[in-house]
Amino acid sequence: MELEFTSDEEGFRKEVRDFIHEKLPPSIRQKLIEARRTSKEDLVQWTRILHAKGWSTPRWPTEFGGTGWSPIKQYIFLEELLSAPAPELLPFGVSMVGPVIYTFGNEQQKKRFLPKIANLEEWWCQGFSEPGAGSDLAAVATKAVRAGDHYVINGQKTWTSYAQYADWIFCLCRTDTTVKKQEGISFILIDMKTPGITVRPIQTIDGGVEVNEVFFDDVKVPIENLVGQENKGWDYAKFLLSNERVGIARIGVSKARLKRLRELAAIASPDGTRMIDKPRFRDRLVDTEIALKALEITQLRVLSEDARNPNSGKPNPASSVLKIRGSELQQATTELLMDVVGPYALPATKHLLGSNEPSVGPDWADAVAPHYFNTRKVSIYGGSNEIQRGIIAKAILGL
Amino acid sequence: MNFDFSDEQRMLQESVQRLLNDNYDFEARQKISTSDAGFSPELWRQFAELGLTALPFSEEDGGIGGGAEEIMIVMEALGKALSVEPYLQSVVIASSILRHGASSEQRATLATAIAEGALRVAFAHAETTSGYHLSHVSTSAIAEGSGYLLNGSKTLVVHGGIVDKLIVSARLSGGIVEPNGIGLFLIDANASGLAIQSYVTQDGMRAAEITLSDVRVPKVALLGENTNAFSVIQQVCDEAIAALCAEAVGVMDAAVASTVAYLKTRKQFGRAIGEFQALQHKASDMVVELEQARSMAMYATMMSRSNDASQRSRSVSAAKIQISRSAHFIGQACVQLHGGVGMTMEYQIGHYFKRLTMIEKAFGDTDHHRDLLSHAPSILI
Repeated sequence: MELEFTSDEEGFRKEVRDFIHEKLPPSIRQKLIEARRTSKEDLVQWTRILHAKGWSTPRWPTEFGGTGWSPIKQYIFLEELLSAPAPELLPFGVSMVGPVIYTFGNEQQKKRFLPKIANLEEWWCQGFSEPGAGSDLAAVATKAVRAGDHYVINGQKTWTSYAQYADWIFCLCRTDTTVKKQEGISFILIDMKTPGITVRPIQTIDGGVEVNEVFFDDVKVPIENLVGQENKGWDYAKFLLSNERVGIARIGVSKARLKRLRELAAIASPDGTRMIDKPRFRDRLVDTEIALKALEITQLRVLSEDARNPNSGKPNPASSVLKIRGSELQQATTELLMDVVGPYALPATKHLLGSNEPSVGPDWADAVAPHYFNTRKVSIYGGSNEIQRGIIAKAILGL
Repeated sequence: MNFDFSDEQRMLQESVQRLLNDNYDFEARQKISTSDAGFSPELWRQFAELGLTALPFSEEDGGIGGGAEEIMIVMEALGKALSVEPYLQSVVIASSILRHGASSEQRATLATAIAEGALRVAFAHAETTSGYHLSHVSTSAIAEGSGYLLNGSKTLVVHGGIVDKLIVSARLSGGIVEPNGIGLFLIDANASGLAIQSYVTQDGMRAAEITLSDVRVPKVALLGENTNAFSVIQQVCDEAIAALCAEAVGVMDAAVASTVAYLKTRKQFGRAIGEFQALQHKASDMVVELEQARSMAMYATMMSRSNDASQRSRSVSAAKIQISRSAHFIGQACVQLHGGVGMTMEYQIGHYFKRLTMIEKAFGDTDHHRDLLSHAPSILI
């Protein structure tokens, strides 16, 4: 056993850190430090900077523009992005539809779509969830009916992140209603400008608009936008969902938050006391840090196993352990921030008030409560923590 | 960075597990635990044959030269078997004291005897008023003639009544809680003036209360001629905690496996109770806690021999907190998932629970280690 990274890996870490330090626009970094929302332009700008360096699709095979980094280096790269903090790569293109296209798509699709994912010329969103298909994803009811050289699509998707920015959506659609529900689903790529598509924003409890409903009303999609085989979409969806285990625990996010938390907790409140001096707060802080350290080692154990069996291709049930504890810890850090901000969590954001008045309390305070509210999502999306517990029970314990 | 064992380490793991599988099922363990001796001299002989008692000693001292990882492997296996043998005391802690605190002559003599399985040793350090504080030593050692005169008492000395020699901490100078002025003395268990009251512990082992009344020892009894052994004690306890964490992981691993097996066989309402989601989710939470504990036991193992004392102690404290948290949750959940049968002395699951509970309280509980960490730099740095 060996805890240290190799000197090659440490050198790589320095290269990434220096690059981010030099190239990341300070305004974007500041937004992330204060847990404020970044804009579409921010993300496009940052993705193009990474793209110019050849780092915008690091996990793809080299023939499609990947870096060929080991799982450990992928982890270090993500860790450095998150702890800088710099924006992460938009997952819908890079981590979701991209791998599906290069694995199951045809040559024409690879040529048409992959380059524009890599430089974020085209923004993708994910059309999986529906009002009647959440945790039970295979119950999707949005229908694609074949008519000559195109499909006609009718139905509704929901919880679609950033659909308002998207140029394309990848959808699970029902193409056969006569078979077992998993066997009648197809994976179809749809241009968001196609007539018949309506996007309706959903405001979440933090006041933000990340997610949307997307309605399809007799939307005509060319047959060539089907990925792989008709009615095999469930297999591709499972592949897509199990493809992520380097970043699922989001350790870098929680680490960066805890670092900032220690800084904020060391500043005196208006009453002259410092949170860091309060034993009960410090106990919670230390407990959270320890749990995160343990999760970091757990993550590294999974990576070191992946590095040993690079192409096992099998979903690792350890991903569920990482997802459960990783989401709990992200949430714990936002709760600790609520403790630090104290009563000044109360005023709503300037944005919501629609005014330019100076904020009440410390200038970072107004983002804390919305961030806490927003972070409740992390134990719900991507397979809720209850679903993850079910996976552990079945796949690890055989119950 | 890797978390794999070497081929030699895997062989060690297999051979220890085989020895315990063949000789130490729950029934055998209960017999040994309730025997007069309180441990198995026969198994100890087999430990010696297999080289386990020689494992952590250097080759020049008659040992095998194993490190913290080898100790982790053995302790985890002992935990799985719910062993009551004095391995932590007599091999792990004794070797650590000798490595850090003894002269080369003392080391050579004692190490060889322990490695051969001919000698068992226990460390007597805690006192009635010390709590978990390592520098609190009121037992006194006064230079007298060509040796020392020791007076005082030691409490909760695990395996203290079933060993041949004791290593006793005693104060040579300074106030009761001062780090400076503590020495470690090697004393025969049958030395004149030594009273040892042995008793059974909640987790089926033995411990002892020890009183020293004018115990006379020669000059060479002071290990390493060291009159400031506090840093040795700290290092020894950090290594002991790392080993204890590995044992705890073994206990938890076996307890979870045994509980999952029970969920698959126990039927109610016409089906295996493991089909009920409420129980599945509790079992899944145990997996999360177990993996977190396993990670921190590995972390403690890798950090326990670090030369940076502050980082070493911080890492070990963090690991002990995680282990205690996991042990608390898993111990309780295993009993709960077994239902009524989990409450019986006859069934093994309750014995895992009791061992885990006592591990929580050994070498500093959660609050103690939180206190140690609360003014230190973040563990994440």
